[in-house]
Amino acid sequence: MPIASFSYRLRVNPIACDAFGYCAELIPEIVLRDEWGYPILREGPIPPRLFELAQRAVRECPRRALFIERIASTGP
Amino acid sequence: MTTTEPQVAASLRPRASRVLAAWHETGRSDIDGHLATHGSMPLPRRRDGAWADRLVEDVGAAGLTGRGGAGFPTARKLQSVRSGHRHPLLAVNAMEGEPASHKDRALLSGVPHLVLDGAELVATAIGAREIAVCVADDRNDSAKCVRTALSERARAGLSRLPTRVMRPPGRYVTGEESALVAWLAGGAAHPQFRATKGTPLTIRRQPVLVQSAETLAHIALIARHGPEWFRSVGPPDAPGTCLVTVSGPVANPGVCEVELGTPMATILERAGITAPVSALLVGGYGGTWLRSGLLHTPYAPGPLKTVACAVGAGVLAAIPTSSCGVSETARVATYMANESAGQCGPCVFGLHAVAQDLVQLARGENDSQALNRLTLRLGTVEGRGACGHPDGVVRLVRSALSVFAGDFADHARHRPCTGWNHRPILPVPPSAATAVGRWR
Repeated sequence: MPIASFSYRLRVNPIACDAFGYCAELIPEIVLRDEWGYPILREGPIPPRLFELAQRAVRECPRRALFIERIASTGP
Repeated sequence: MTTTEPQVAASLRPRASRVLAAWHETGRSDIDGHLATHGSMPLPRRRDGAWADRLVEDVGAAGLTGRGGAGFPTARKLQSVRSGHRHPLLAVNAMEGEPASHKDRALLSGVPHLVLDGAELVATAIGAREIAVCVADDRNDSAKCVRTALSERARAGLSRLPTRVMRPPGRYVTGEESALVAWLAGGAAHPQFRATKGTPLTIRRQPVLVQSAETLAHIALIARHGPEWFRSVGPPDAPGTCLVTVSGPVANPGVCEVELGTPMATILERAGITAPVSALLVGGYGGTWLRSGLLHTPYAPGPLKTVACAVGAGVLAAIPTSSCGVSETARVATYMANESAGQCGPCVFGLHAVAQDLVQLARGENDSQALNRLTLRLGTVEGRGACGHPDGVVRLVRSALSVFAGDFADHARHRPCTGWNHRPILPVPPSAATAVGRWR
């Protein structure tokens, strides 16, 4: 059995989100915008090199709609 | 307002009349008819942990799944609120926001005492001290039936727990359990965002168990007759009976009780088909269209899944070959877009855009990209709401695109049929009722 490790993913509370779009500006690698400006989050874990940017997107969201969730994954 | 009290389809004397037995056998909905058919409810005299354990075990052994739409194993749901330290609240969900469904109205007008028996039994088993029967505020007839039944029970000395009739706003999504609980807590009846799926619902840390009226009626019977009896009809992996609302070109539209596993064609035949059927809407307005060639499929979760359908709210709405599936879907999608709680952008904007594409196609006023645009938008909207409302519309429209593919292609080539001007087959409540933001 492999050793469990964790990865993280970005999620949005769609009720709180008002399509300010800061997140899509900060990390277009993860966040796309639909035709109405609302974020579409790419599935899968946040690549480690983007993690700090993702944290910044969470901090700077005017509606506090973004959050980072820990997901269990089995190690390499 | 559509307050015509629905009729339990009279001709449909089913082979397995269980939940509706008292109504079928005595023609009465009062306490005497109920007791004559079922006898008194097997409630212990005082708090009895062993009895409660056994009831939950029996519900589990019976294999009862929630009849409200999600189809979750009921025993697990009961168990989840029993472990806490606080006395939970039991909310009976008889909201029935689904315009094509009439089963909650049939239950409350025909067999209210069976539903209330189930509520009292479950409340006692989970240690709840009060029961809230939730009936939408535009269903005065149903609320009156519950109040009459409650006073009959009080007179007969049958009720032990305080039971209140609550009247949340009657909208499509207000019966969604998180919306219902938000309203019971004093807020707007809006679905809530739950970061983790299945997070227990609470009101100021008091756990709330939401059970559909039909599920409770089945529990009232399991408590009397045991799990083996319950499992004696229906397939082993989906035992028992369930209520379906049959509509369309049938002689006897209405609510009937069927054994799970009954072929849908048989259910329609029993209701007396009067015209050839082009497709069947299965589940509800967040359900799926089924092509008429697959009507022999057994009505049970497993077989339905193989044809991309689900039991959902128990709706079986047939449309005749003379009607237009594109127009029917466009009308329903427009209604569903108006029924968005207005919280999540992809639902607010996406459903209206999808509905608009559909209406343009139905009327033949579309540009050449309409079908592609619609298909792309369905992918955009899917999975991006706090509740399942937008996903239901996506499901419905995708199934329409597949079942009515030929019609959509014709419409897209600017050859609309005259369906848009026909009287709708599927009931769509008037827009005046839905345009006003009434959520409290």
